[in-house]
Formats: sequence, structure tokens, C-alpha cells
Amino acid sequence: MMSRKSYYLIITLLFLLGAALMLYRNIAFEVPWFPSEQREIWSVEAKIRFSANQENQPVKLSFAVPRSQRGFTVLSETPSSPGYGVNFTQDKNQGRAIYATREASGPQELFYTVNILKDPAARDQEVKIPRIRFSEDDDITTSAKNALITAARGRSADTATLVTELYKIISSADQNAKLLLKDTKASVLITDLLLRAGIPARVVNVLNLKDKRKRQSLEDMVQFFDGEDYFLLDPRDGSFGHPEDVLLWEYNSTPLIDLTGGSNAEASFSMARKYVPARTALSEKFSNTELINFSLDLLPLEEQAIFRDILLLPVGVLVVVFLRIVVGLKTSGTFMPVLIAMAFMKTHLLVGVVGLLLIVSIGLIIRFYLSRLNLLLVARISSVIIAVIGIIVFLTVITFQFGITEGMKITFFPMIILSWTIERMSILWEEEGARQVFVQGGGSLLVAILAYLAMSSLLIQHLTFNFLGLQLIIAALVLMLGNYSGYRLTELKRFKPLVDELSAQGQPGSSGKISSGD
Amino acid sequence: MFGFLKNYTSPFKLAKIGIMGMNVRNCRYISPYNPRELYPLVDDKLQTKRIAMKYGVTVPVLIGCIRHQHEVGGFTSLIGDRTEFCIKPAQGSGGKGILVVAGRSGDHFLKPNRQKITVHDIERHISNILAGLFSLGGKLDKVLIEELIHFDNVFDGYSFEGVPDSRVIVFRGFPVMSMMRLSTARSDGKANLHQGAVGVGLCLNTGRAVRAVQFNTPVYVHPDTGSDLSKLQVPHWERVLTLASSCYEMSGLGYIGTDIVLDRDKGPMLLELNARPGLAIQIANAAGLLPRLRQIEKLLKDDPRMTVEERVAYSRKHFGVYQE
Repeated sequence: MMSRKSYYLIITLLFLLGAALMLYRNIAFEVPWFPSEQREIWSVEAKIRFSANQENQPVKLSFAVPRSQRGFTVLSETPSSPGYGVNFTQDKNQGRAIYATREASGPQELFYTVNILKDPAARDQEVKIPRIRFSEDDDITTSAKNALITAARGRSADTATLVTELYKIISSADQNAKLLLKDTKASVLITDLLLRAGIPARVVNVLNLKDKRKRQSLEDMVQFFDGEDYFLLDPRDGSFGHPEDVLLWEYNSTPLIDLTGGSNAEASFSMARKYVPARTALSEKFSNTELINFSLDLLPLEEQAIFRDILLLPVGVLVVVFLRIVVGLKTSGTFMPVLIAMAFMKTHLLVGVVGLLLIVSIGLIIRFYLSRLNLLLVARISSVIIAVIGIIVFLTVITFQFGITEGMKITFFPMIILSWTIERMSILWEEEGARQVFVQGGGSLLVAILAYLAMSSLLIQHLTFNFLGLQLIIAALVLMLGNYSGYRLTELKRFKPLVDELSAQGQPGSSGKISSGD
Repeated sequence: MFGFLKNYTSPFKLAKIGIMGMNVRNCRYISPYNPRELYPLVDDKLQTKRIAMKYGVTVPVLIGCIRHQHEVGGFTSLIGDRTEFCIKPAQGSGGKGILVVAGRSGDHFLKPNRQKITVHDIERHISNILAGLFSLGGKLDKVLIEELIHFDNVFDGYSFEGVPDSRVIVFRGFPVMSMMRLSTARSDGKANLHQGAVGVGLCLNTGRAVRAVQFNTPVYVHPDTGSDLSKLQVPHWERVLTLASSCYEMSGLGYIGTDIVLDRDKGPMLLELNARPGLAIQIANAAGLLPRLRQIEKLLKDDPRMTVEERVAYSRKHFGVYQE
């Protein structure tokens, strides 16, 4: 009884562990369940123009650049700027590209390209909440501002409603608002008012991501904080929240461009969207992660290709186990069909089946001749192996002569396995007749084709390679099938006449007798 | 669209009759009752013979054994001037690799169907056996040369070539079902039902034929000889069952098929044991094995010690079909 218990325990554990590993891959590494899933990558190019102040003098330019943030992951960035040295730094949480040269004269152009993955799983990295600080104004301005705040406060309950009310007042025909907006931008005014009302806020420079746009400039928005979270307020229409296609470019109250040795700097942006397979995008994203990454992506490409094949084997094995235990198909050699199916993966189905049938039938003819020579078994099998190689070489050369390059692919067949198959089939032929050869040979071929169909499915290839946990689930399924004690499908057919007979004659067990002669 | 389904029966009907399937046989009976380490005793006929002799179970007389390729040449001196003998692989399965020589004609040997074969042919056959052609997994094998069995005259006309043998399934020492396998022209003289041999279900009480099937369909006369199969009755039935039942103590295996032949002179003889007996016996008997196996399991829960005679008596009483 104990072993039964541990059997179910092991199956449950394998199943749970496998499922957990798969979920971990899906959640932590965002590996999608389906291979067709695509991800959106934005390629943004910033062009900075300025004029050097003097002939052949050093110039240093610091340009704010975006970092991974809520909704976006920065995959790669490349500055390009002939004659400039570039390095990246971090200043007050703001990423910056520092361009420097010893000698510059006349108009200058610098470039900065960044690839950004649109990534719902990306989180903000260390957002510094701005401190409540505002400049002292003259009395009139101060009282105008205070009047606006008081008015808005009176009509609001919390931060969100306060912001809405403030925006309403500013965009209305209010006297104070008009006065204040005369020489201040709306975003700056709203920020100032929010700070005075005790709500942390700052002006940020954002890029609206729109496909195939050129010569765009950054727009300003108000970032205000409600507790730990922040919202972006668009000063043009008063909407706030977390707009989807808005990339925070400069968001730490630092200058966008800080230039020494030049003037009239301005940046323009162009951008393009592309869709790439999720795996490509994510392998870039997780190329240097600290998470426990037990993934085959880390291996060199050649080894990856090998594992791609190896990890499919359990799927083929599962198919064989199912077909043998539940369906009851007869095959020649338990796992020979899986190996044949692996060869089909390389040759493709039609070429594979035709090639296999050709090799086996020519091999059988040769084997029948060999059986007359009265050889020892090992020597005979070895001769069959050599004969099979000969057949493969012959078929390959012949088909190539006819310009059919598919013929080359039959070299993928496992020759030793084929030789054993030929040997076994010829014995089967001699012992039990041609019928059994076709039954078992056909059964093997059917199982091989079904295993091939399972293994060649893109979804299954994707799942086996990317979710190693699936292997544990397959193991659990195989263990479960190992305890299947129900009838096989073929037995339902085999015992059908008996059941019919018994049910036609009444009581089971005491019927169907030969009427005794006496 | 589902027309093909009419060729299949419902698993519930099968379960109701108590038909044993391959999976339940492997999972519930062979695996728990047949300890793996005892398999060599039955898979190797030489070992079976050895323990059978130790337990006083009658077996065909061994003329000689060939273990190595270099001994193949000594085959002729081994058989001497015997005209009939039987060559078997020690680890063959399903009757594979058995060569029966029934006579001599000059330098040639004769198969039971009078087909001539040369010494060369026989030596090649022996080489094939040694190289593992007929053994499971192609393992190197040994060759047994045995005296030919002269089967009892009562079976005259019931078999085409080949020896008609009785298969008795023995579960934990209790005979639970039996049949006789009659070779036919279709089965090429072999006793395997799937090759076309006739399976005759036998009443466990009397050894009388219950019914007969060939390829899953009932037959009433032997297809080659036309003999009335309903008249078939195995003589010395009690001895056959006793022999089968005592194989349990001898082999230690809980679920076995015992193949027993009746020699004209020596009576019932154990031909071989099978640790994985097939399911066709149920078709031959038109009865399921499972109810009987469950009955034995239930019985042994209360009273674990029974002698061979008591077990045979129990089986005859409970699993028989006819009184006389």
C-alpha cells in the first residue's frame, strides 16, 4: 500500500513542479504560451542640432535619455556621432548620454537611437518623489495662486478631484488664471499650484509614440504623486492617468540638453514601430537578468539546436506509450517508431515515408538473400547495416542525378535501427508470414507518423524548448499511463465477437458450448 | 461517420463479463505475483527443466544441450542414430525456433510434414538459435535437443502436425482456466492461436471440450481433419491439473501458463512455463478470467495454506462446466 501512496505522491509532485516551472517561465520571463505571439518594439532616433560657439573648441553635451519604466523596457541604445566620444551616466535618477569632443566648429549633429520594448510587465525603477518646493512670488501672484487653490479645494475631495478642479479653473475664463497664464506655461503653472497645495509634482518631457513619425519634439506633461503612485496630466486636455503610448524621456526635473561650448541646441525625434517574435524580444530583455534563469537560451546556438531535438523525444515517447497501452497498436521494436519520427523531422513526411519504405523493402530483399548464406547473426546484421548504407548512398546519388535534392535527406535515417528493423521483419516474415510483417510494419509506420505529427507541431516545439517544466508533466503522464489497467482499444475489437455471442445466448460463462454429441 | 464503432464493443460489457485485458494482466497480476528475479526460471527452458526435475515434475527427456558455436559440429554425434528429436531455443518465446525432426531418409532429416532438410540446415538453425535470433532482445542463447513426444492416441485426428498441448492457467497454485491448442495447416503446425491454431476451451472439472474457436470465431470440427471437436476430452485430467498446480511451488510464480503435453507412455509432461500467458484462452472458453482470479484472491485472504490436491479439488468444483 505504501508504494501505491508514493506512486500517486510522485505523480502529483511531478505534475505540480512541472506546472510551477512552466508558470514561473511564463510569469517571470514572460515566455508566451504560443509561438506566434509577437511583441511591439519602438525604435526612436533623436537628432540633436546645435552650433559650436568657437572654431575648434571643446564641446560637451549632456542629453537626457529614457530608462526602462512602467510599460517600457529599454532593450538597447546606440549613440552615433562622428568625432564625439560618448558615455552614459546616471544623474539624479535620470539617464544621460554625454557627448564630448575636443574640437568642434560650426553646426553639429548628434544622434541617439534607442530600442524600446512595449512591455506591460515592466515596472518603474526608483522614482524619486519631488520635494515640495516652490519659489516665492510677489504678493499679487501669490494671492492669485492661493485663490485658485482655495477655489479648487472647495470643490474637491481628494488629490484626483483637486487636480481636475484646478485644471478646470485654469482653462476657464477665471481672472486669476488668465493673469497667471500670461507668462507661464500651463504645465509649469499647474505644477506650481500642485506643489503649493502640498501635492508632489513635476514637469516631465514625454514622447508620444506614433508610428513612422519624423521630426517630432517632446511634449511636457505634469507628473503628480498620490501616495507612492504617480499620474501624468496632459495640460492640453486635462486628462490624467497612465497613457499607453507615452514614453517618459526626461522625468527628473533635469534639463533635456545641457550644453557647454555651443548654443541653440534642439532635439527632434523620429520613430518607427516593428513587431518581432516574442522570444527574440524577450531574449534581449533577459540577456542579463538576476532571476534564476534555467533556460536553454543561454546555451550556444548549436547546443540549443541539439536540445530542441532531444526535448522533443519525450513527446514522441508519450505518443508511443499512449498508442501501445491505450490503443494497443503493435510496433516492431518499442521505440523504433520514435527514432524514425525524429528522422522524419529532418526529411519531412513524404520524403521520409517514401525513403523509409524504399530502404526497408530493398533491405528485405537483400536480407532474404543473406539468409541463404547461413551467416551468424551478428555478421548478418552487420552486413545488413552495410547494405543499408549502400542503399542510402545509391538512392542519394541517383535522386541527385535526377535533380531531386530531397533524396539527400534520407541520410538522416538511423541506419543501425533500420538494419535491426529489417532483420526483425524478415524473421517475422519467415516465422509468421507476410501478414504480420504488414501489421507490425504498418503499426510502426503509423506510430512514427503520429509521433512525427506531434513533434513537428510548432506549438509543441515551442513549449518543449521554452518550458522545461513540460518534461516533468510528460513524465507524470507516462507514469500515470504505466498504471492504466483498462482495456485497450484493440481489445474492444478483439473481444467483440465473444461479447456478441455471450449476449445473444444469455448468461455469460455457460454458453457458446459445443452441443455434446451424446 | 462513426460506422467503424460497430466493430468495437463497450468496455463496460467486457468488464461485466470479467474479460481480462492486457493492461490489467500486466498491472494487477503479472507485476505483483510474478517476482522479476524468478523470470529466468521460466524464460530459460533449461532452468525450467532443472527445477522441474528437482520437484519431481515430469518433463521431456533432454538428449543434449549446445551452448557454443564450436559445439555445433558435434550435433550429429550428440543425436547418435536417433531418428526423431526436437530442437528448441532455451529462451525462445511463442514457439519460435522450434524444429521438429520426425524421421530420417538417407542423409536427410524429415520434418513432420515429410519435408526434407539437410544436416547443414539443422546446423544453421542451431547457429541461429545460439546467436540469439529467437530469444528476447537477441541475447545469446542455448540449444536444447529433446526426445520427441509421442502424443496420446486419443488426440489422433485432432491435430495437424504439431503436438496438441493443454494450456492451464495457474493462479497462486489454483488452476483457473484451461484450453487445448490444436495446430492446423493454417498455423503451419504451430500451436499459436493468432497464427490460426484452434483453441478448445476445456471444462476444468472433466477436461472435456467446452467450445472451440479459430481466429476468434467458433468452430465445431477440426478444419483439416474434420474431427468432431465436441468429443475431445483430455485423459488423465486430474493428473494434468495436479501437474499444473504443482508448478506454482516449483516456480514461485503466482500467475503462470503451464503448457502440458500428454505422452502416450509417460502421461502428462510439462513442456514449458509462461510467465506472461495470453488472453485468447478466454475466447476459447467464452468466459472471463477476472471473476475466477478475484474468487481465489478472496479465498486466500482467509485460508492461506492448501495442498496441491485441495487446490485442484477446489478448482474442479468451482470452475468446472460439466459434472461428468
